[in-house]
Amino acid sequence: MNVQRPLGMRPTDIEDPQFFHKIVDCQWACPTHTPVPEYIRLIAQRRYTEAYLINWYSNVFPGVLGRTCDRPCEPACRRGRVEDKPVAICRLKRVAADNADSIDAYMPEIPAEKNGKRVVCVGGGPASLTVARDLLPLGYHVTVIERDKQSGGMMRSQIPSFRLPDRVLDEEVDRILDMGVEHRVGESVSSMKALLDEEYDAVFVGTGAPRGRDIDVPGRKEAAANIHVGIEWLMSVSFDHLDAVGKRVIVLGGGNTAMDCCRTAKRIGGEDVKVIVRSPRETMKASPWEIEDAEGEDVDIWNNHVPLEFVHEDGRLTGMRFEKVRAEYDADGKRSLVPTGEEPVLVPCDDVLVAIGQDNAFPWIERDIGIDFNRWDLPDVDPVTMQSNNKRIFFGGDAAFGPENIIRAVSHGHHAAISIDLYCQGKDLTDRPPPQHNLISQKMGMHQWSYHNSVSEVDRHIVPHAEKGIALKDLHLEVELGFDEQLGFDEAMRCLNCDVQTVFTGPKCIECDACVDICPVDCLNFIANGEEQDLRERVRVPATNTEQDLYVSDGLPTGRVMVKDEDLCLHCGLCAERCPTNAWDMQKFTYIEAQARDTWRP
Amino acid sequence: MSYIRKPAFQHPNLPKNEIGLTRRDYEGAMSTLCAGCGHDSVSAAIIEACYALGVEPHRLAKLSGIGCSSKTPTYFLSKSHGFNSVHGRMPSIATGASMANTGLKYIGVSGDGDSASIGLGQFAHAIRRQVNMLYIIENNGTYGLTKGQFSATNDRASVGRKGQKNQFDPIDICSLAIQLGASFVARGFSGDKAQLVPLIESGMAHEGFALIDVVSPCVTFNNHLGSTKSFDFVREHNNAVMATDFVPAREQIHAEYDKGEAVDVQLHDDCTIRLRKLDDDYDPTDRASALKYLADHHDRGEVVTGLLHVDTGIENLRDKAQLVDQPLNELVERDLVPSQALLDEVNQRRRW
Repeated sequence: MNVQRPLGMRPTDIEDPQFFHKIVDCQWACPTHTPVPEYIRLIAQRRYTEAYLINWYSNVFPGVLGRTCDRPCEPACRRGRVEDKPVAICRLKRVAADNADSIDAYMPEIPAEKNGKRVVCVGGGPASLTVARDLLPLGYHVTVIERDKQSGGMMRSQIPSFRLPDRVLDEEVDRILDMGVEHRVGESVSSMKALLDEEYDAVFVGTGAPRGRDIDVPGRKEAAANIHVGIEWLMSVSFDHLDAVGKRVIVLGGGNTAMDCCRTAKRIGGEDVKVIVRSPRETMKASPWEIEDAEGEDVDIWNNHVPLEFVHEDGRLTGMRFEKVRAEYDADGKRSLVPTGEEPVLVPCDDVLVAIGQDNAFPWIERDIGIDFNRWDLPDVDPVTMQSNNKRIFFGGDAAFGPENIIRAVSHGHHAAISIDLYCQGKDLTDRPPPQHNLISQKMGMHQWSYHNSVSEVDRHIVPHAEKGIALKDLHLEVELGFDEQLGFDEAMRCLNCDVQTVFTGPKCIECDACVDICPVDCLNFIANGEEQDLRERVRVPATNTEQDLYVSDGLPTGRVMVKDEDLCLHCGLCAERCPTNAWDMQKFTYIEAQARDTWRP
Repeated sequence: MSYIRKPAFQHPNLPKNEIGLTRRDYEGAMSTLCAGCGHDSVSAAIIEACYALGVEPHRLAKLSGIGCSSKTPTYFLSKSHGFNSVHGRMPSIATGASMANTGLKYIGVSGDGDSASIGLGQFAHAIRRQVNMLYIIENNGTYGLTKGQFSATNDRASVGRKGQKNQFDPIDICSLAIQLGASFVARGFSGDKAQLVPLIESGMAHEGFALIDVVSPCVTFNNHLGSTKSFDFVREHNNAVMATDFVPAREQIHAEYDKGEAVDVQLHDDCTIRLRKLDDDYDPTDRASALKYLADHHDRGEVVTGLLHVDTGIENLRDKAQLVDQPLNELVERDLVPSQALLDEVNQRRRW
């Protein structure tokens, strides 16, 4: 017998947590899926400690990330589609960290009796520390081996202290170490084989991408004394091995390391500091705000200049020569840099800092211990379990898939901790724990909700900076002053509460059109069903952003369906306020990403 | 009602009409009516129609009396002129305004109480005089502001929310209007904008008195089982006799229709109302048969909707009064006071 398939899209399955999760754009984009709107609401209520704890549970380093995060949440923020600028999520995180009281009382309990399993983390950066934090409450014995005198990894060695003060970093690193980490500092691991012989139950490699790329143009060797590899130079400054640089400095490269180099140079003697980049400005890898901050400190940025040679006299660097190029794109969009034919440009300088990228390096891992390395000399790592071909060895952070960022490293740490736990308990690593989720009505009265549904229309607030004259004189003075409580509140109010979902109950709907009439962004429709593309064209304003889903109801009495384009919904709740039958309700969606066995949460 | 302001943010791809405005530019203040009130849908339909017609907001005046319906002009076209009159007296204000300034479009919004009870006399004379306006009655068969008594348009068969029986026969606004000689009479349903919006566009383009009786359910007092003005009842008993498309002058007509399927009614300014008969027995140009049809189908418990009667040949009030095109307050002494020569000539003619 033929079963008649209803025409058009199937009703949206809102039982699937990923449907609503995707609507919370910031949380969806965050590698650790931090419940952003929830902590922003807590900031607006001056409940900073709770806001901090929510962050700490998800991303482990709220104070550090509130200053240095790569902020994948911000380009994703719905506000950026509704108006111009996203909510300053990252700086709000800092507001929580700046104002939180002690969280000691809320720390997970560490079992006095251990479970007998021993885990070692190589490298004391954000990935390893996350693994330690997740596993210690479960009774694991965790050892962290760090090459330097203090843990923190690139957060300490590469991020200058005028962006991330030591006290903030120390507090969040020490909190984890104090949970009972066996901390082996000042120790370089020179052999994986030897480490495996120490009979740990699992090994986590979080050694980052420690090798700065060098440049190979004429004069490199001759002028070597004044040419420095960026990350190594930053580390020398950070560890007080170096406190001066020439007056005229060229920084090569267009990434965030280049921005840290030029701003650091400005503070230790550089007067005329230029960042010179091969490619056009649009394709620079540095975050726009970091470029902005560098330019704010009078750093010149030159684009479309390709290094030709180092110019030197008597073994001393005197300048660099560049060829001017322009970017051309072929039919496939592949870029080539074509010389403009102009005379090469000679830029006199005293020092050059090379910040053109960094690579992973595993000279200490023997190639015959069961880890496969791919053609880029990176270990083969499972992107979900973080496990290598040697089942006992896990990777995370920049060590796993090449240079990324802190928040990605923390995410790797969580995934690896889950895997290590499953592995040590002899369970299947592919049987991952599910996220926790919940949906609760926010209705308080006729037209009252337990969230602030009135939409703030103010522009994004700018974070105040220390006065330039003072900031540039002190390498350790934090440049960004952060939002004060009032600014933090005003910025928090810009959040659209995307986690408070519009939940539609078809059988209650009388198709009065009230919600359609009131919706400020025309996202609601009652139309005949159709295939997705057809519906996307027939809604009130065509739903062209295919990255955002349609929410489709079951058939209604008139034969039509409700179709909501989730793209621009302001979560203002007016549909639910206008609905005479409560067919629309505003319900808070809570989504908590799984962590190792989830024995503890705030 | 909501206590928050409607956010100013709008869809960035919201289309603009020929004068560069979006639909949202035709909105008004936040409604204070009950959630789900049919009247808010009528306001939305008026917004939609004004947007589609490219009405310049400052070339339109909205008038109303008293009642839930008469509150609604606040909720649309906040950049237009408005006058909120005494109960049932909107038609006389509209008559005066329409005479004084022929350059504006006039939308009167009234309810079944305002027009079929206290203002019935004024309503009848506005029709009789063929005042140039669109007169919308938001008809819910109940007095919502005084908590749900039967109004004069409530059907005999329609019971109250607590089961009370209605002892009186209703006034059928459309039949009354046709009888009084209105040149454009339609009935719509707030729950069907696809039908209502073209009716409003057509009514606004019509030169003369245009009436649209909109069944607009009162979700609080008259949307229950047993009511004949509820969403469910109207949906189940809707007899749409006519599908109306409004074709503005600027749009070339490409669609081909079979002979006899569509009837075009030419309005001024080359606008066209395209009628497609859904019931072959219905003739919207014949008053007598339209009246009979309405009475018969009302007796069967049906709600007849669509453009019920149209006659573009009837002289409207401005024509009757031979009004000048300028607003009267713009007439200067030179326009109003005849020259000495003309005065002498007129006086000469009076001598005998």
